[in-house]
Amino acid sequence: MQGGDETGSLLVLRGVGKRYATGTLAVQGIDLAVAQGDFLALLGPSGCGKSTLLRLIARLAAPSEGRIDWPHGRPGPRDIGFVFQEPTLMPWATALANVALPLRLAGMPRREAAARAAESLARVELRGFEQAYPRTLSGGMRMRVSIARALVTRPRLLLMDEPFAALDEITRHRLNNDLLALWEAARFTVIFVTHSVFESVYLARRIAVMAPRPGRIHAELGVTAPAPRGEAFRTSAEYAAQCRAVSATLGEAMAVSPA
Amino acid sequence: MSGASGGQRWLRILAPLGLGLLLLGGWEAWLRLAGIPPYVVPGPVAIAGALVEDWATLSASLLVTLKITLLALLIAASLGLLLAVLFAQSRLLELSLFPYAVILQVTPVVAIAPLIIIWVDDVTLSLLICAWIVAFFPILSNTTVGLNSTDHNLLDLFRLYGASRWQVLWRLRLPTAMPYFLAGLRISGGLSLIGAIVAEFVLGTGGRASGLAYRILEAGYQLRIPRMFAALVLISGAGIAIFLALSLLSQLLLRRWHESAMERGERR
Ligand SMILES: Nc1ncnc2c1ncn2[C@@H]1O[C@H](COP(=O)(O)OP(=O)(O)OP(=O)(O)O)[C@@H](O)[C@H]1O
Ligand SMILES: [Mg+2]
Repeated sequence: MQGGDETGSLLVLRGVGKRYATGTLAVQGIDLAVAQGDFLALLGPSGCGKSTLLRLIARLAAPSEGRIDWPHGRPGPRDIGFVFQEPTLMPWATALANVALPLRLAGMPRREAAARAAESLARVELRGFEQAYPRTLSGGMRMRVSIARALVTRPRLLLMDEPFAALDEITRHRLNNDLLALWEAARFTVIFVTHSVFESVYLARRIAVMAPRPGRIHAELGVTAPAPRGEAFRTSAEYAAQCRAVSATLGEAMAVSPA
Repeated sequence: MSGASGGQRWLRILAPLGLGLLLLGGWEAWLRLAGIPPYVVPGPVAIAGALVEDWATLSASLLVTLKITLLALLIAASLGLLLAVLFAQSRLLELSLFPYAVILQVTPVVAIAPLIIIWVDDVTLSLLICAWIVAFFPILSNTTVGLNSTDHNLLDLFRLYGASRWQVLWRLRLPTAMPYFLAGLRISGGLSLIGAIVAEFVLGTGGRASGLAYRILEAGYQLRIPRMFAALVLISGAGIAIFLALSLLSQLLLRRWHESAMERGERR
């Protein structure tokens, strides 16, 4: 469905490529449309340019070829939320101050920002931990704070770079469910980088499978699942079948020799 | 706090104290048994006696030395911090100025003290400059490293939200640099005292406004060895007090978030 119906798209990548100063061609010829309210997973092996793609979309780096269009207007600094692989919290600030940061940077008064941050913390089930410092929180809780911070500006687009990769499986499953619930409720657009087939099928409505060297999109797959998804889906035959299919596509992508 | 670590805390104070008393006692006993006179090696009792007897002179000198030390430290801390911040803003400035800071650091203060007194022609100011030269560099270099140790992802995050240079500095770089700055400050506290003492040895002062170094020289000429040791004790005491005070400051500022300031059991 490359290209596809672009009028409903939040963003469209056209022939996007990125060559780093070191000469590494990280991604090349990326064509990708992301629909408004979509949940897209970027799935691929390590080093295939997933993070690079995300940074290009967040405008933390500029593409060296191609362009990124925003049919409904370019996003402002508060329209994008970014969740890194590590929680990336300021250790000297409380959970509340960490979550309030994007608002404070935008010049929102302290009181108002704190109220909004507390609300956002409550949404990720961290009520009561407002005054906790990051080092006193568990890994999973820190990740929640990071998600609360990304959501505090009510972004249209949430970019997540392997956010749960460092967590244990039980915590990861819980945060997967929480993320789905947040998404069902607010319907922002999500681009979720992962190298886990299982995670991508469980979360995403669409999966872009990437191939390495240079990074490019090998195939796009849709996921069919009951809404809302839950633990029942995780153990269904449907889920298993789709995981197998995605896994096969990923294997294909890695076997394809570079052009 | 559990009973075990409460006991630990007491042990931390009592153990070195006990050892100290034991050594002092041994020292005194050895002097008496060997019949060594106090003008060769004075014992703790003689030193304590000198301390009490000459307290008026010694404490006045201690005050002079402390004033120079602390003022030099204050100037070194504020100038070092300021310069480090400027370095963080401009790479060109850092590249052009840092070598000179290094030169200032590696040149022995003993060697430049005579020059300084010729140029500024005021003893107190010269002492201050010497102490400052010695204290300045650790703060500058530590803070510079700290300002450049910012987490890259956090930097990206600030960029994503359109943070200004000033916001990045105030909300990200300076807090990151804080532990480094405080570590530098603790080193500089001791160095500042050494700088003040060494400079006074070289420059010399007389009359009322003389510091502890001068008292040591004076006592040396007069062969009042216990008094010399008493001045030495005061210098060490001042150094220890400065170190403890700066450690406490560091502890208070960092205890809630930095690994270096945490109780042992609290560490992950
Ligand atoms: N700042 C950079 N400078 C130079 N090369 C880079 C830079 N960042 C990434 N690369 C290179 O670009 C390629 C893609 O990197 P990227 O981090 O986007 O991969 P990834 O798919 O996110 O991998 P992973 O799953 O391990 O995070 C790699 O070959 C990497 O070495
Ligand atoms: Mg990556």
